[in-house]
Amino acid sequence: MAQVSGIADEQTSTPLSSSKSVTLRIARYNPEHDDTSQFMEFTVPYEIWTTVLEAILEVKKHFDHSVAVRYSCRQATCGSCGMIINGKPRLACFTKISELNSNVITVEPMNNFPIIRDLAVKFERLFDTHHKIKPYLIRDDSELESDAKEFLQSPQELEQYIQFANCIKCGLCNSACPTMATDSSFVGPQALAQAYRYVADSRDKGKDSRLKIIDDSHGIWRCHFAGSCSQVCPKGVDPAMGIQLLRGYLLGFRS
Amino acid sequence: MRESTIMKIHYGTALAAVALVAVHILMRLTMGFAESLEYETVLANYKFIPYALMLELILILLSIHGFNGLRVILLELKQGRSYEKAVSYGCFVAMIGLIAYGSRTIIMTNMGMV
Repeated sequence: MAQVSGIADEQTSTPLSSSKSVTLRIARYNPEHDDTSQFMEFTVPYEIWTTVLEAILEVKKHFDHSVAVRYSCRQATCGSCGMIINGKPRLACFTKISELNSNVITVEPMNNFPIIRDLAVKFERLFDTHHKIKPYLIRDDSELESDAKEFLQSPQELEQYIQFANCIKCGLCNSACPTMATDSSFVGPQALAQAYRYVADSRDKGKDSRLKIIDDSHGIWRCHFAGSCSQVCPKGVDPAMGIQLLRGYLLGFRS
Repeated sequence: MRESTIMKIHYGTALAAVALVAVHILMRLTMGFAESLEYETVLANYKFIPYALMLELILILLSIHGFNGLRVILLELKQGRSYEKAVSYGCFVAMIGLIAYGSRTIIMTNMGMV
């Protein structure tokens, strides 16, 4: 019991005695009971450093513990707390209330993902498409069979893909993608960016098999280059650029 | 056919169609616009074999590009194996039909059958 209260105490660092407050509108929806989502409003105190996630946890602690939200690291590393904040896909732990310049903060579950409850969404499609593009180095040889202990790369070779290795699989790019909204079979910007990450890796030898996977009627060619995926990425990954570079391989401009 | 091959054809037909339609528009500017659309002038264009060939090429290029574009739009609207097959084959048949009908018009006019 003591452990449980300890976890509850740890859930927020925002003091309730703050002088400033904001109205937090949280979308509530349980697919088992509700036909449509409804918004519940809470007045939450905040400081200049308070994040949206901390405000949601404040609501859970003091007002309504039944609000469903997924979170873990609170430092934009795990990619768990993606949601629509004031109309834009963002990480709740990486978005300060003070930077939104609004007295009303509206939080909704990510678009293009099935809702489990409230702000928590299912990630199955994201992980399936991510897994589909073989997100690992493919080589015939291995460290076990060779004398070489590591596959060396020059800084220039690393530069080719390093930004794409920053992906934390938060799904914000897929949430922002207009094609994901209409095409339920589309691979999505996250998986395509990861396909480029491995195709551009000088150590990888699986380029042909990956290009074959994405060269599908619901693959890379369905991207309309809206660029919204790149705008919302919290880690500075540019999936739209990765997709265009991948197209270069398929069109014969790159080898 | 692989999607990348289809899209190469899609982009290629677009570029070629832009070039040929530009020539087609420039040809309209060699005389007054209203004059260029007179019945006898249009028939004369069709009877001039190089121009008729260019019109036939434009017809083929735009049909391929347009119906593939339609296929892509329809595939994004709805998904499902039988639906996607119907869309792909339907667009292909419609494209062949349009090219056949347009070619018939060009050939008949060229041969003076209209």
